[in-house]
Amino acid sequence: MAAAMAGEGATRLSYNHNLTPEWTRQEVSTGTTIMAVEFDGGVVMGADSRTTTGAYIANRVTDKLTQIHDQIFCCRSGSAADTQAIADAVTYQLGFHSIELDEAPLVQTAANLFKEMCYKYREELMAGIIVAGWDKRRGGQVYTVPMGGMMVRQPFSIGGSGSSYIYGFVDSSYKRGMSKEECLQFTANALSLAMERDGSSGGVVRLAAISESGVERRVILGNQLPKFASC
Amino acid sequence: MASLSVCQPQCGGFSFENSKRNALLEAEFTKLGHSLPAARKTGTTICGVVFKDGVVLGADTRATEGMIVADKNCSKIHYISPNIYCCGAGTAADTEMTTQIISSNLELHALSTGRPSRVATANRMLKQMLFRYQGYIGAALVLGGVDSAGPHLYSIYPHGSTDKLPYVTMGSGSLAAMAVFEDRYKQDMEEGEAKQLVRDAIAAGIFNDLGSGSNIDLCVITKNNIDYIRPHDKANKKGVRSGSYKYKRGTTGVLTKNIIPLDLELVEEVVQTMDTS
Repeated sequence: MAAAMAGEGATRLSYNHNLTPEWTRQEVSTGTTIMAVEFDGGVVMGADSRTTTGAYIANRVTDKLTQIHDQIFCCRSGSAADTQAIADAVTYQLGFHSIELDEAPLVQTAANLFKEMCYKYREELMAGIIVAGWDKRRGGQVYTVPMGGMMVRQPFSIGGSGSSYIYGFVDSSYKRGMSKEECLQFTANALSLAMERDGSSGGVVRLAAISESGVERRVILGNQLPKFASC
Repeated sequence: MASLSVCQPQCGGFSFENSKRNALLEAEFTKLGHSLPAARKTGTTICGVVFKDGVVLGADTRATEGMIVADKNCSKIHYISPNIYCCGAGTAADTEMTTQIISSNLELHALSTGRPSRVATANRMLKQMLFRYQGYIGAALVLGGVDSAGPHLYSIYPHGSTDKLPYVTMGSGSLAAMAVFEDRYKQDMEEGEAKQLVRDAIAAGIFNDLGSGSNIDLCVITKNNIDYIRPHDKANKKGVRSGSYKYKRGTTGVLTKNIIPLDLELVEEVVQTMDTS
């Protein structure tokens, strides 16, 4: 049937020159560098703000720190559509669970919900997520749910394409028992270094500090980013 | 006597088997030296900007089928609800149908809630539908409107990701339009300024991108008023031919004339009345 349609005398219509450039047909990805650090009394989370479609920056002021519940946030990396859809679904599930419980949900519960979804649909999804927040039972916690759907608690976690460039820095700089301000500085430094080296990360640095008293959000604009000796 | 039952467990979700088959067919076709007809795409420049009292949406009016202009004056700004409009880039059929489906569902939703629809609701419905189809619906949208919470502007990508921003551009001419926005956008612009900015951004797309052309359509949405200006600017008016190229009678001389009448005989006459009831 297909062979019959392609008759010998058919004129060759070439649609090879496509008017729409390549990047319009690329999937939107949060190239990304994301990070979260535990401290005594809460967590600090940070992310860059660049979303790319191929080589074009679709959004240079993205907010990759998504609120899941009052004191639980997640950092999103990977496919923008996948992570937004997962975050929306988990926000709904956690909200429902919290109403049933009549209590603030645990960070571990949120992380579990992410893990369930990311593991079950691991073949279809491209999502690397860091879940962090504060709850009454265990205080500040950071859980990482990378691509594939594993879930593990870590004192600090980095993720996204830009994280490869800062493993050495964070491993050498991290100290146990840092204060909130030290954690914020540590995160800002790490993200700046990653954004400097990774093409898919850039824009501004978004920070969030979550503790018992609530959430404090900050933005560090381009010209205020920490500078390092090489430039 | 035993009925043959093809045991296929009922799986939820969509089956994308046909997509694999289509890819195979296309590969075979290309091997024979022919290509499948391309779906009509709106090459397109679309954009939107939030100003002091609302949003301004803009679009060009060219629809392309490969390298040919299929429609010189198509309408790319679609109605979603009285206070919400949506520009569409990508596959023309997909943007048209997607916006119609969501418009219909949103009207039912508004009747159910008893309140005018919110832009965030339209955004949720669109992104959840596009994500469900995993990018196979090629609709890239700029959604804008004014609701009880103020003016809002979203960009929605075919895979289902959305961004909420003060100014957005989409389509093949989006880079040209974004260049204009990045240069001249300011917060809290007046309506006139915003319209001029959107007009210039679309014009940049029209003149610098082959996939966009013809006229500029605008849609200004404010709290109590919609201005659907089509066309706002006829940037590409068809020129008037300066010379007449018709040959005068007598240019070709007639040497001989031979008239042969055809004798036709009426064989059968059948009258069929038209059903005009």
